[in-house]
Amino acid sequence: MPTLLAIDALLIAACAWLAIGLAGLAAPRNLRFISKLLFPLGAAVGVLAGLTSLRFLGAPAEVAVLAIGLPGLPFHLRLDSLAAVFVLLLGFASTGISIFAAGYFRKGEGAAPGLMCLQYHIFLASMLLVLLADDAYAFMVAWEGMALSSFFLVTTDHRHAEIRRAGYLYLLIAHVGAIGILLSFGVMTAGSGDYSFAGMRAQQLSPFWGSAAFLLALFGFGAKAGLLPVHVWLPEAHPAAPSPVSAMMSGVMLKTAIYGLLRVSFDLLGEPLWWWGVVAMAVGLASAVFGVLYSTVQSDMKRLLAYSSIENIGLLAVALGLTLIFHAYRMEALAALSMTALLYHCLAHAGFKSLLFLCTGSVLHATRERSLGKLGGLIHRMPWVAWLALAGVIASAGLPPLSGFVSEWLLLQAFLFSPGLPHPWLNMVVPVAAAVVALVAALAGFAMVKFYGIVFLGQMREEALKDAHDAGPWERIGLVWLAGLTLALGVLPSAVIAFIDAATQQLLGTGLADKVREHGWWMLAPISPDRASYEPLIFLATIAAAVLLGRQLVHRLYHGRLRRSAAWDCGYVFQGPRAQDTAEGFSQPIRRIFEPMFRMERHFPTVRDGKPYYSVKVEDHFWHGLYLPLARLVSGVSALITGLQGGRIAIYLLYSFLTLIVLLLVARP
Amino acid sequence: MSLSGLLWQLFAIVLALALAPLLTGWVNQCRAWLQNRSAPPLLQPYYMLHKLFLKDVVLAHGASPLFRFAPFAVFGCMLLACAIIPTLSTDLPFAPTADTIALVGVFGLARIFISLAAMDIGTAFGTLGGRREMLVGFLAEPALLMVIFTMAMIAQSTSVATIVETLAHREFVIYPSLAFAGIAFTFVSFAENARVPVDNPATHLELTMIHEAMILEYSGRHLALIEWAASLKLYAYSCLGLALFFPWGIAEGDSFLGLLISIPVLVAKLAIGGVLLAFIESINAKVRIFRAPEFLGTAFLFAVLGLLVRLLLENRV
Repeated sequence: MPTLLAIDALLIAACAWLAIGLAGLAAPRNLRFISKLLFPLGAAVGVLAGLTSLRFLGAPAEVAVLAIGLPGLPFHLRLDSLAAVFVLLLGFASTGISIFAAGYFRKGEGAAPGLMCLQYHIFLASMLLVLLADDAYAFMVAWEGMALSSFFLVTTDHRHAEIRRAGYLYLLIAHVGAIGILLSFGVMTAGSGDYSFAGMRAQQLSPFWGSAAFLLALFGFGAKAGLLPVHVWLPEAHPAAPSPVSAMMSGVMLKTAIYGLLRVSFDLLGEPLWWWGVVAMAVGLASAVFGVLYSTVQSDMKRLLAYSSIENIGLLAVALGLTLIFHAYRMEALAALSMTALLYHCLAHAGFKSLLFLCTGSVLHATRERSLGKLGGLIHRMPWVAWLALAGVIASAGLPPLSGFVSEWLLLQAFLFSPGLPHPWLNMVVPVAAAVVALVAALAGFAMVKFYGIVFLGQMREEALKDAHDAGPWERIGLVWLAGLTLALGVLPSAVIAFIDAATQQLLGTGLADKVREHGWWMLAPISPDRASYEPLIFLATIAAAVLLGRQLVHRLYHGRLRRSAAWDCGYVFQGPRAQDTAEGFSQPIRRIFEPMFRMERHFPTVRDGKPYYSVKVEDHFWHGLYLPLARLVSGVSALITGLQGGRIAIYLLYSFLTLIVLLLVARP
Repeated sequence: MSLSGLLWQLFAIVLALALAPLLTGWVNQCRAWLQNRSAPPLLQPYYMLHKLFLKDVVLAHGASPLFRFAPFAVFGCMLLACAIIPTLSTDLPFAPTADTIALVGVFGLARIFISLAAMDIGTAFGTLGGRREMLVGFLAEPALLMVIFTMAMIAQSTSVATIVETLAHREFVIYPSLAFAGIAFTFVSFAENARVPVDNPATHLELTMIHEAMILEYSGRHLALIEWAASLKLYAYSCLGLALFFPWGIAEGDSFLGLLISIPVLVAKLAIGGVLLAFIESINAKVRIFRAPEFLGTAFLFAVLGLLVRLLLENRV
């Protein structure tokens, strides 16, 4: 009996998403139909796609050829373990986001719900096709579909000039990046004209062309992922988009770029050179430090999370670089360790960052406010969102026992082995890079405490917040799903590694699963328990037991009496909400310590001011140092070209005449 | 995992719970002597805890459930830390639960909870304290990790137990990297435990306080738990420092005799460490909050220096 191949099942999933999207067009204004039927259906497809790839992981690759595409160049598709890990990520993350979206979209917000539904599901389907593509043509078509559908999603609320600007910037950088990817593919065909990935694998590139292909891919995919210096679209586009879209872009779409980098550097290009890893690591470290510092000084909650995504992508690039270095020196066991850290962090980030973005969506709906300075105290009005966001915050700060810590732990373990590298200065410099990673992790904690403390804790900074309402049932299910993923990834690392190890094995020929399996499912010991071990479940259980037992004992032995009164605050009576830290106040130490990193415009009040005020505006150095000069250059050049076009027909005839003369002179027979 | 191992583990935890306030009392006593004051009784912290447990909790109107949950969570984290650190033996059942990196994570988790709780009521002092605590945290954490990295490279392991065993058995060679790491660790533990020169737990002076600013709104059993957790943290840091830099006397199996000997050794080491702590605190002055980055930056540099020395000079040892 012919069974359904996994790749066919995933193709059906992609078609189902497209069909759901089209169904949205049938009744574009019928919100009930779209949000209560189509989005949950999309979520169900997501679960099925995730489960399919979960079952598939470790099986031999499957291929399919679609009869669409260019004449003589049909779409080649292939599902292997690397793709399956990312399909897993896409499926499970999109499930939570789609369910949340079912409760999120309202009447009269941006585009018609049917149109949103179409764009959203095209976005999902094209991301799935990006992961399955097995030739450059199919890949680029799906990649463009992803960029365009997400562009329309970002500009849903296109009546605001600011949002149109953000969308334009996003589209521009997405296409500059796409050119890089296209050129990289072109280099990898080595002039053979065979654009299938199988053809590229067969090519043996010289070190020069191999490096060119890698650097182009790093630039192209880096533009999509938000690596320095092509990160500027990210903090603009994420706040502009509706929250489920921000969650999808940050949680899933950025990972397709990481997938592309892995595909190119480990699969399509043969042997890596060690310095590729150094380049990736340097770019990653710069992005991570930049991202985390800027995320701590933001005043807009979604921008804060967007910068935090840059940080996480930077950490992923660091892990990629470390893996490349180990792989280049054929230290495959260690490469497997850092590759596992990379894949794990992809999954972890998809979970917690989507969760946090969705929480900001609920806050936005409840309060219509994105600015941290006008929020506060929402834990009283929105307990569900607040407690679930706490899980995301702890994971994002890289703290045990949740998901962010596992990948950070694995990455630091991999760093600890780098002194074994057979290279005179690399083995010295790389461990110091670990110091930077440690600093980034600690600063991420600062940013997350700021985010959570200012949004959910304290007194309400505005009167209107008293009317805030908690998330609806659909939104709660979506949030609980993602928080559950974050918890599961945090406490069951060995089980997760057993699944994703297939991808590591595929790319490096060796994996961690055997070693991890030796020590029981509750313990994570990637090398040996003597060397390093971590038992998150016992960890969690101990803290939980201490909390419960402690509470019981205190209440038994003493008492549980409690009374309410005004806050003490050292006897100070004027305790209005204005006495709390603002977002700017909270990050003041960072601005002071890392002053050269920011471009700040500040206004300080003086004693003579009738109406004293303080303002600070933090801007990106890259805008003024790189992008604005570049934009000026482009507009200068185009102004020169404009001078040629006088608009009079006589002048154009003169140009034709001159061209003719020149051609006659040059092309003499 | 044997039954006796489990019992010893339980004993180590109970010992930590019992000894931690005593250590705090001892340090306070030594400091009073050194500063020519009449000292409080050694058992003063126990009286304090008892008194606080007896008192009613007075909760601010704006307090959320997180505020009430945080003291228990912080206490749980510190208890876990004390269970992981090899105070008596390196071979206890909890040793593999977390390695040194995860240990830093436990302290980080506790810090997040206490900072969030500080921001919960929404008073000026609370947010100020939370902000400053996170400032100290992000400066101290990387330095602590670098210290741990140096140790881990010497022992080829991040597991606390393995590091302690390796260091206890080495022939007596002085590792220069260990000296750097030791200095950095001392700096970090002063900052992390809210001690002079970064913070002063004895004052309520608004411009200087960090830890006290965060817990201003706590009372009754909540305050008792936080104070107890602070004592446990000092105990945990002291034991970690003793285990890493003076590992002699910690039992390595679960033989009854070895464990029995390790208890008085631990008490003696802690007593000496307490005197030193009080001495350093007495000869230093509290620095301004914006000098704290310099202090901890120095610690970070020492730690990185230790790592580099390890990589440059000792790689072939």
